[in-house]
Amino acid sequence: MPVKDFFGSDASRRHVLAVGHVVSDSARCVQCGICTYNCPIEIDVRAYAWRGESIKHSKCLTCGECVARCPRGVLRFAQTDLFKGGTP
Amino acid sequence: MKYVIVGSGVAGLAACEAIRSLDETGEICMLGDDPHGYYSRPGLAYYLTGEMHEKGLFPRTKKEWQSLNLRFIPGQATQIFPDEHELEVDGKTHLSYDRLLIAVGAQAVRLDVPGADQEGIVKLDHMEDARRILKLARRGKTAVVVGGGITALELVEGLRSRGVKVHYLLRGDRYWGNVLDEQESKIIEHRLQEDGVKLHHHAELIEVLGKRGRVQGVRLSDDRTLRCDILAYAIGIRPRVELAQEAGLAIDRGILANEFLQTSNPDIYVAGDVAQVYDPMSKRSIIDSLWGPAREQGHIAGLNMAGQQTAYIKAAPFNVTRLAGLTTTIIGTVGRGRDDDLVGIARGDSETWRALPDAIVAQTGFDVNRLRLLVGEKTLLGAIVMGDQKLSFPLEKNHFCERGYFPHSR
Repeated sequence: MPVKDFFGSDASRRHVLAVGHVVSDSARCVQCGICTYNCPIEIDVRAYAWRGESIKHSKCLTCGECVARCPRGVLRFAQTDLFKGGTP
Repeated sequence: MKYVIVGSGVAGLAACEAIRSLDETGEICMLGDDPHGYYSRPGLAYYLTGEMHEKGLFPRTKKEWQSLNLRFIPGQATQIFPDEHELEVDGKTHLSYDRLLIAVGAQAVRLDVPGADQEGIVKLDHMEDARRILKLARRGKTAVVVGGGITALELVEGLRSRGVKVHYLLRGDRYWGNVLDEQESKIIEHRLQEDGVKLHHHAELIEVLGKRGRVQGVRLSDDRTLRCDILAYAIGIRPRVELAQEAGLAIDRGILANEFLQTSNPDIYVAGDVAQVYDPMSKRSIIDSLWGPAREQGHIAGLNMAGQQTAYIKAAPFNVTRLAGLTTTIIGTVGRGRDDDLVGIARGDSETWRALPDAIVAQTGFDVNRLRLLVGEKTLLGAIVMGDQKLSFPLEKNHFCERGYFPHSR
């Protein structure tokens, strides 16, 4: 495996952590609340998922707990420009 | 304007939100016969496995409910008087309405074998069922699970994760044979076996054995017996049509509605698992027992009730679920025929999934990352994505084929 690929996944992960957000797909969500329950800083992720919104909470760490634990693939990381030009 | 919504599930809630978005002052009454009100019913599966605690299944705080400005009445609608625009509650009080929504859902088909009225027999419909299962699992050692589809597996996995020994009975030769293909069924079964679940194929339950009203075992059609102290079943669901039927509304398997979610009475609307909705594209009336369509139908019904005429455009039926720990997305049309393990449809199911035309199956990958695409003559017809869900996102957004399902009826 080329060295570049070896570090590629880690680099992209850190890139996402720095500039990305957690986005939701409301069509997949059944409001079970596993995301909210597992958020280390108690953001109500489920409420965002109901509205199909990104987790545009200024305190979100993009730690990935909710993404990893959602049993239905509702949440994922994506690069968004939410915070460009100030806080929404 | 006075709106009455019967049912406190997601369809009812979505209807309230839609009505409030158009009508800030109208009076909304919500009537619910589930003592726990609105909670995530699909989430009960995760309550059983221990991933979620009970309180967390309730998505709305009291304050959020108050912001909708509605009156909640715990009780059961016992009769509708369409001519008087009235509803009877618990056989006593009357409630008048201008627009009524029936969103009472569906309920589990009861097990119909001798001995099925004993203690230790459970289904998974409501919060109370989940509580009962967890209570039984604390003392129970061995469970028998019968049925097919998603709910039966949720019971298997829930009981197993609580340390109960599980026998899973299948009537046919594989799991969910009318939606999954042979290999997909095998993947699921293999994973269940690895988890310690004992599978019994060609096994039909004919009698529940017990002592002093408590389950002690089951007898199968080949005269074998299995000892157990819990019997859990999920053999299908039945839309709760009785209320509409007695009121003289048009029903088939569900309550019939046009594309505006209106029943045969123009002031009565229907949404969710109880609704059988006309789809102008396929010219068929379809029941989806899925959370997503229930929410969407509730929303559209609410808009129509508040005077904004909006047609329900049925999307390709789509569900994401976890089968034996494997996240699985089912989109469009993927299977056909009937399933011996189910009477009627399963919760988390769409009738559309089984209208399979001749199609090419393309598949790739290993056991835990599997994609099955159903390719029609001109368009994609359906897909099953197991494991890695990256591929399911673009497929979900793909408008299945200019709505190319049900190609026979075009």
